[in-house]
Amino acid sequence: MLRSLISRLLQGLALVLAVVVLNFILVHAAPGDPVETIAGASGGMSPELMAQLRTQYGLDKPLPVQLGVYLSQVARGDLGFSYFFNLPVSEMIAERVPATLLLVVSAVLLAFVVGTGIGVLSARKPNGLLSQFITVLSLVGFAAPIFWVGIMLVILFASIWPILPVAGMRSIDSSGGGGWADMVDVAQHLILPAFTLSLVYLAQYSRLARSAMLDVLGSDFIRTARAKGLTESVVLYKHALRNALLPVVTVLGLQFGNVLAGAILVETVFNWPGLGRLAFESVLRRDYPTILGVLLFSSIVVVVMNQVTDLAYRLIDPRIKTS
Amino acid sequence: MSKSSLALSGAGFRLPKVEHPTVEALRMFARNPSAIVGMVMLLTMLAVAIAGPWILQADPFEIAYAPLTPPFSAEAWLGTDYLGRDVLTTLVYGGRATLLVGAVAATLSVLIGITLGAFAGYYGGRVDAVLMRITEFFQVLPALLFAMVVVTLFSPSLVTVTLAIGIVSWTGTARLTRAEFLKYRVLEFVRAERAIGAGDARIIWKVILPNALPPLIVSATLAVGAAILFEAGLSFLGLGDPNQMSWGLMIGSSRQYVLSCWWAVAFPGMAIFVTVLAVSLIGDGLNDALNPKLRAR
Repeated sequence: MLRSLISRLLQGLALVLAVVVLNFILVHAAPGDPVETIAGASGGMSPELMAQLRTQYGLDKPLPVQLGVYLSQVARGDLGFSYFFNLPVSEMIAERVPATLLLVVSAVLLAFVVGTGIGVLSARKPNGLLSQFITVLSLVGFAAPIFWVGIMLVILFASIWPILPVAGMRSIDSSGGGGWADMVDVAQHLILPAFTLSLVYLAQYSRLARSAMLDVLGSDFIRTARAKGLTESVVLYKHALRNALLPVVTVLGLQFGNVLAGAILVETVFNWPGLGRLAFESVLRRDYPTILGVLLFSSIVVVVMNQVTDLAYRLIDPRIKTS
Repeated sequence: MSKSSLALSGAGFRLPKVEHPTVEALRMFARNPSAIVGMVMLLTMLAVAIAGPWILQADPFEIAYAPLTPPFSAEAWLGTDYLGRDVLTTLVYGGRATLLVGAVAATLSVLIGITLGAFAGYYGGRVDAVLMRITEFFQVLPALLFAMVVVTLFSPSLVTVTLAIGIVSWTGTARLTRAEFLKYRVLEFVRAERAIGAGDARIIWKVILPNALPPLIVSATLAVGAAILFEAGLSFLGLGDPNQMSWGLMIGSSRQYVLSCWWAVAFPGMAIFVTVLAVSLIGDGLNDALNPKLRAR
């Protein structure tokens, strides 16, 4: 167990290292260099100043040396300096993480609870109304662009039925602070973005939970449980549900990268001040260090999530041993 | 009863006609109402995207009428956006870029996925280990963010957007292909082929791949839908080709004015929705026709 944990940890580290190297290669393969970008952004610069900046950023050194410098910087948590905001990238990311975390966790929780809920309920009647609803939901959830759904909700709640805030994380007159009133304010702002982000996954999880539940309900141990005279609800929620959750948990963990992608679009639509919004802003401004920092940070999160999924998987299903 | 035994023993006995699997699949597909609906929807979209610009003969970027003309008015059927561009024209022209990028990017991702998956599954061992590490790496990279980085660094154009989408979305196909190859490579007909001296290339492309195709065709269909959504997302974020009208670009550029012209966002979104819906209905239909045993419940 310990050995497999360590080897997984090393694998994860190798993946992160590969992302760092890829980042470096991409920036250097792209036409132009950062100094030209800064010069362009600030509206012209003398060649002497550009040369000075190149020395300052170490861009005049050979590539392998630059890679070494970059690697040691990243290892110390230094992701560089944003050209545009003039702040350390790591600081900006740290500042944006809580908002994204709040959004993503609420959306995934919502999708998980509601999705598995209706999936499991519908498995009791494989051709019932709820099952048909899931079929339609999964088609719509896949086909409707998430940012478009978000914008449509903005139109609905901004002009037709103005009961919910449609932009930002706090009201304009909010003083923040984290008191009760502030929490209610943030929760109100959270409803629409979290709902939008959860839609895709709600559709997927309900379909997955439904088919897993149907599979499990056909197996021998369920028949045994029923034959023992257990009540239907114990059979369903104690015996079957646990097994039916397995595929949902796997997909949930492995899809974390997709959820982050959805968060970029949703945060952009609702002006949610998170990482995705930061990625969007830095892409618009061609602010490479920031966008690369966000990419690296997100990759680390995905690697960690994959490992956590693996662990969760073993906890739910003791049959899965180290392989 | 007696009739059939008579027929068996009599001279008129004929083997029942066996349908070619492809014909059978096509017949099953054609009998599936939702697949046909999807097919009609997609063909309509394609026809409009191909023939529409040729009939309209207009510039989608041109200011046609007064800005913010509401839809269903006499001159602009679907209204105009905040600049006065005709939404119907932009919709018809935008379909070209969106569908083209979707189709080419999906083809690219399927080609990469099938090639890497086939090699990994067929050769196994060290080749498999290396290729699977690469696959794992691309699965860890957050696809949209990575595509954003690539497009930003290499300036947005139809080519970079297509390449970026293709590069980030092949991993699913690769895993699927690998699993199919692992399944087939030990089967008797493959061994027989090897025994008569067939080379690796022949076995991979001519012997195993045709057998592994059914699930791959389904996943390729769904890949088209995913690529269209991906393209729309990128152009919504301002990373599409700025010189090519596309549905995502329309949504992205009108986003800030959405409260004064909902139609400029609603219609292109519906177009994306209908197209992706059509593609996934076709995918489901193909799945039922090609993999009857795996039919989704």
